[in-house]
Amino acid sequence: MDIFTAIVQILDSTIRLSVPLLLACLAGLYSERAGVFDIGLEGKMLVGAFAGAAAASVLHSALLGLGTAILISVAFALIHGFASITHRGNQIVSGVAINFIAAGSTIMLGQHWFQQGGRTPALAPGERFEAITWPGVDAVRGVPIIGPIYSELISGHSILVYIAFLMVPFTWWVLFRTRFGLRLRAVGENPAAVDTAGISVAWLRYRALICTGILTGVAGAYLSMVQNGGFVKDMTAGKGYIALAALIFAKWKPVNAMFACLLFGFLDALSIRLQGTPLPVIGKVPVQFMQALPYVLTVILLAGFIGKAIPPRAGGVPYVKER
Amino acid sequence: MAQAAIELIGINKSFGAVRANRDINLEIVRGTIHGIVGENGAGKSTLMSILYGFYQADSGEIRVGGQPASIKTPNDAIALGIGMVHQHFMLVDNFSVLENVILGAESDALLKKSIAKARSELERLEREYGLEVDPDAIIEELPVGLQQRVEILKALYRGAEILILDEPTGVLTPAEADHLFRILKQLKEQGKTVVLITHKLREIMAITDTVSVMRQGTMVATRETKKTTVEELAELMVGRRVLLRVEKGEAEAGGVKLAVKNLTVKDSRGVTMVDDVSFDLRAGEIVGIAGVAGNGQSELLEAISGIRHAVSGSVMLDGKPIDLTGKADPGELRDRGLAHVPEDRHHVGLVLAFEENENSILGYHDDPRYLKGPLLDIDAIRNDAKDKITKYDIRPADCRLKTANFSGGNQQKIVLAREMEQDPGVLIVGQPTRGVDVGAIEFIHKRLIAMRDQGKAVLVVSVELDEIRSLSDRILVMFAGRIVGERGPEASEGELGLLMAGVEQREAAE
Repeated sequence: MDIFTAIVQILDSTIRLSVPLLLACLAGLYSERAGVFDIGLEGKMLVGAFAGAAAASVLHSALLGLGTAILISVAFALIHGFASITHRGNQIVSGVAINFIAAGSTIMLGQHWFQQGGRTPALAPGERFEAITWPGVDAVRGVPIIGPIYSELISGHSILVYIAFLMVPFTWWVLFRTRFGLRLRAVGENPAAVDTAGISVAWLRYRALICTGILTGVAGAYLSMVQNGGFVKDMTAGKGYIALAALIFAKWKPVNAMFACLLFGFLDALSIRLQGTPLPVIGKVPVQFMQALPYVLTVILLAGFIGKAIPPRAGGVPYVKER
Repeated sequence: MAQAAIELIGINKSFGAVRANRDINLEIVRGTIHGIVGENGAGKSTLMSILYGFYQADSGEIRVGGQPASIKTPNDAIALGIGMVHQHFMLVDNFSVLENVILGAESDALLKKSIAKARSELERLEREYGLEVDPDAIIEELPVGLQQRVEILKALYRGAEILILDEPTGVLTPAEADHLFRILKQLKEQGKTVVLITHKLREIMAITDTVSVMRQGTMVATRETKKTTVEELAELMVGRRVLLRVEKGEAEAGGVKLAVKNLTVKDSRGVTMVDDVSFDLRAGEIVGIAGVAGNGQSELLEAISGIRHAVSGSVMLDGKPIDLTGKADPGELRDRGLAHVPEDRHHVGLVLAFEENENSILGYHDDPRYLKGPLLDIDAIRNDAKDKITKYDIRPADCRLKTANFSGGNQQKIVLAREMEQDPGVLIVGQPTRGVDVGAIEFIHKRLIAMRDQGKAVLVVSVELDEIRSLSDRILVMFAGRIVGERGPEASEGELGLLMAGVEQREAAE
């Protein structure tokens, strides 16, 4: 196998691996831009993944599965909102609680309903999102360079992959070109300014959290209905936290977020690719080391290479009218 | 007959036990500049927040343009043509001027049209009122004077006919303030109504048509500016309180205990709060610092007690300097004989969740008297607390009670007892009797004078002029961060009031 094919394959899996990160990262972007820290991205993805796979296998419909994933994930986002917006609770504690509830309840309900050790039944073809083959793939496959790029990289992904990448310009447009986006950014910087302008701070933050819930729901559905043919316990495996890291790395900007997630996805793809392959100079590296590589690099990147990341100024602070 | 733009009738508002506004009646005439003066905490801002729908009055009626109005949210106020320029600007710092102006008043779900509309509207306002500001500038890169202009533009963009400005000159340079006043006069000429909240009498005299005075939550008087004087306003503002005089002999001042030299303190925004202040405090005397609240007394106290960073100057305690970086070790200062009763006892002086006896040794808990080896000697601490409770008549007399359950006056006594009983060489007291009942005031005053007679140096900062006059052997008056005069205790209330209002003696004579 030549180098070029290898690169195309790594890039192809980079795309597939970065999609859940990207969706979760954009989800976090909505809530954090509105001033609500959300460490519960992980949990919301997990319940989304479970609800999606469970509903799809019972209802025999990928679309109904996706809808259920979004619904349940939004419900969890609203719980976070109820605790941290309405009752001004600590946002980190609320987020951590959601992660625990998600991890426990998915296994418990999965076992109760399907008796497969916390898994959901393997999804049949109609119950998953299938890869979409773009027109003309067969015609260009033979063409050097362009052929493999078109047929492997661009074509042949599920609809959710394209949605994820379209969400990047869409999110940018919402944030910077719409009234909702202006208010959302304002409430994350100075909620008092929003309040005195006659806008409800709480309702605005709730709407931001609903956006977060929708996107984490899609991210979860991607994990269980595209990447995998069913739900497996703890299948998010820390992706929600990596997405948060990517969000900081991206300085809370949508386009940066895409590149950050692609980078993390690339590291992940590389580590899978290099498992068991002897490296030049170093020689054979233990599998565990390669698996740890993305996380090690995350720490290094976050610690040293992002420069000054200024979070939304009102982030993490429940809004209380001043006396 | 001039028409009323706003009428407030019988407004009441309480925050917990604090009655911020009681039975306020006020009429503001259309097309005038109406000043509202009062000390900090007199209830001016609360009243205006009620008018702007930020708070709800507990009772009372608001009429706008003669019609009864229900103002439940700022939106209601904006719809009635009321705009507000807050003391702390309500701007999003990393937004442009345009974005701030349209926030909440967008004409469309997409921003493009709103921004275009705001841009042309800002040009019009600029022409009409001379409110120049670059619409694309980012707020945090603008000087405060321009940020304030953006606040005014925000209100006008929303069609405000009545503009409320809350302490607008607090953060402005004199030149910026002059410019603001020109803008306000222009607004008035165009038929707008302006309400100016301030504690600076000079501004009131310079620009208003009518002035109302608030004191301790009540509206004490409304005057035509032309027909009143700074003296009258100062007196109304500070008020004549029941005179409490404690018998005391002549002070026998000894050597200098505390020497403050050229002390300058800035707040977090970089505004100078204490401006080149120098004075000496001698053994056996009480020096009182008088002033309208908010003129730098708090910052001065904090700097001297080592808990606030001073930009320049020095403070010598018994000839040795105090660390003015704001990181001084309070324990070390206590060991050197400096005791401090902070103004804000809830946040600085006490841990409200602790029992009374724990608070009564707080800060002195390393003293061997309260220790048994490495452990606290609980019996010694409780006996000590009981002694203080008896001596200072702290009620209820229960040293195991949680401090939060004591009344404000008794909490103050707990702090005073703790600091005074340590027998310090220098005692610094902020607002010694704030929230304390009359009986306790007399007791606290007697204790302070007894300390003086024992040869201690006492520095008292209070906004109660009577208290300052009753206690002090020397009175220093602070205004706008500077010490503007030193008087003996025989100085008249009027004389001190003028100094506190920042009016120079010779100006008043004119």
